[in-house]
Amino acid sequence: MNDNMLEIRNLCVSFPTDKGEVKAAADVSLTVPKGKIAGIVGESGCGKSVTARSVMGLIRRPGRVTAGEILLDGREILHLPEKEKCRLRGSEMSMIFQEPMTSLNPVVRVGKQVEETVLLHEQLSGTAARKRVLEMLEAVGIADPQKRYNAWPHQLSGGLRQRVMIAMAMICRPKLLIADEPTTALDVTVEAQILQLMRRLCEGGTSVLLISHNLGVIAQVCDRVSVMYAGRVVESADTDTLFDRPMHPYTRGLMRAVSSLQENGEHLDTIPGTVPDLNHLPEGCSFSPRCSLCADGCRQRMPELEEIMPGHTVRCFRPGEEAEA
Amino acid sequence: MSRILLEGKNLTKTFPAGKNQRVHALTDVSLKLFEGETLGLVGESGCGKSTLGRVMIRMLEPDSGEVFLLGSSLTKMPDKLFRPVRPKLQLVFQDPYASLDPRMRVRELIAEPLDTWHPEYSRETVTDRVLELMEAVGIPREYLLRYPHEFSGGQRQRIGIARALAADPRLIVCDEPVSALDVSVQNQILNLLKDLQKERNLTYLFISHDLNVVRHISGRICVMFLGMVCETGPADEVCSAPLHPYTRFLINSVPAPDPRKKTDAGALLSGEIPSPVRPPSGCRFRTRCPYATALCAEQVPPLQAVGSREIACHYPLK
Repeated sequence: MNDNMLEIRNLCVSFPTDKGEVKAAADVSLTVPKGKIAGIVGESGCGKSVTARSVMGLIRRPGRVTAGEILLDGREILHLPEKEKCRLRGSEMSMIFQEPMTSLNPVVRVGKQVEETVLLHEQLSGTAARKRVLEMLEAVGIADPQKRYNAWPHQLSGGLRQRVMIAMAMICRPKLLIADEPTTALDVTVEAQILQLMRRLCEGGTSVLLISHNLGVIAQVCDRVSVMYAGRVVESADTDTLFDRPMHPYTRGLMRAVSSLQENGEHLDTIPGTVPDLNHLPEGCSFSPRCSLCADGCRQRMPELEEIMPGHTVRCFRPGEEAEA
Repeated sequence: MSRILLEGKNLTKTFPAGKNQRVHALTDVSLKLFEGETLGLVGESGCGKSTLGRVMIRMLEPDSGEVFLLGSSLTKMPDKLFRPVRPKLQLVFQDPYASLDPRMRVRELIAEPLDTWHPEYSRETVTDRVLELMEAVGIPREYLLRYPHEFSGGQRQRIGIARALAADPRLIVCDEPVSALDVSVQNQILNLLKDLQKERNLTYLFISHDLNVVRHISGRICVMFLGMVCETGPADEVCSAPLHPYTRFLINSVPAPDPRKKTDAGALLSGEIPSPVRPPSGCRFRTRCPYATALCAEQVPPLQAVGSREIACHYPLK
């Protein structure tokens, strides 16, 4: 019995640049259990979007996947011919993006854009397709779907556009929905609505891979979380465990940075330094230059992602240790 | 209580939106800034917070209303008299990538305001001042001759802050200064802003859509909705016991970074922000407000003092 809708194993993605090959994702492994929301959290450039795009087969040349396996519902999809991948995209798995305005075609009415997907993947008459679109628009919380069907993208607000994107992604009832920062461009009151909708979709049986830089968003909707740093997964656990007992110094630093904002302390906790340039990664563990626990071994070897408890993996030589004051 | 440094009275600002329509960015907004305080300005996109920030320091002319600096009108001041005031009112921008000239080195970037306001400075004095400012914002002095593209977002924002400080300002309008930054770096910049405020007795008008950030850095908060002020008051009071329904919805919507504190779906706002081109009559929030009555459609609720706070609502929360 296969419990995982998506399984990424040791994925490596690299992009050639003037300064040499950049490994945007290195040895990334993570899973999305069936009917659950799994999250990837990390700062800009940590490889979270690249990982998501690899699943969809959307890595543009000259970038390429150099190693690894991606299994969708137990089936290897990374090496499928392009034609076969096209069949999967939109029907078995689909993706929504951060900026809903740039993902919609400005000169096609939104209803027609949603309809395209269903006509491409299913043998339906025009009227049946239109009916499906209207049902779907209603299901994602768009009031007055008849009227919205004929609207142009520019006539809709950011929140409505994102709902249209979700309708488009969901109309063929995919097994897996990948959401790349779906609420980052939205206002906080609208963000909360979209997050509720994601949760509802998941309860309807869709498995979701949600990418976000916002720990609040992750805490609210995800069942499992993977934390990425400089192209690698540094910690994975179920959400409660990760927030209760973070083990990697980077995860701990992030949590402290966020929670000190909630408290009324004078000074905020920070992580010293900045995210490393992927062109010039430090020797050994990528986080070592910013890490208060860094020991000699950390500067020589990259630690492996190890399971310290069932379902909780950490890439660190000194997981869970406290820095000496 | 310290004295009022900057005060905006009944400010209204509209922008043309084609076809004889206007965007109502600010409608009858009044705001006080006390010397040495940080006033946080929160609200969703399009609520007029950036416009207000700019009108307050005379980067934009209001359609009506007036801004006073220590009691004298900034709005009516002739350009010639205003010029020596300009350096006292500075701005830090949101996007550290777009707000620095990519062809200027750090030295030139920070020296530009010095050259403008102190043409009498010798080259050596300018360099010394630049190095002082770099130290104040935490940029190592060996980076003096580097270009903006060689820096990370957080470091660029430090350079932007150094530029604002170079004019020796009394007040800095920080317009979303940390929104483009990653969490771990965001806190470094917030700490820096706080330290600089203490050292130099600066007053901040801190604009942000992020309630967590605003609550942390501000002494007082002003919540705006669609060009109007909903509620103003001490940050802790406003966040822990909001009086305006919109403030409460805004606070409830922020996703808590704790999986055990789930957002209550019943406490969320439905619908979206109405168009600022055709704002609703009366209270602008009424189309989304569950407590709205006929009165809210007819009368604009005036901003009234309630204890240490000011609130514009016909039916304030208890």
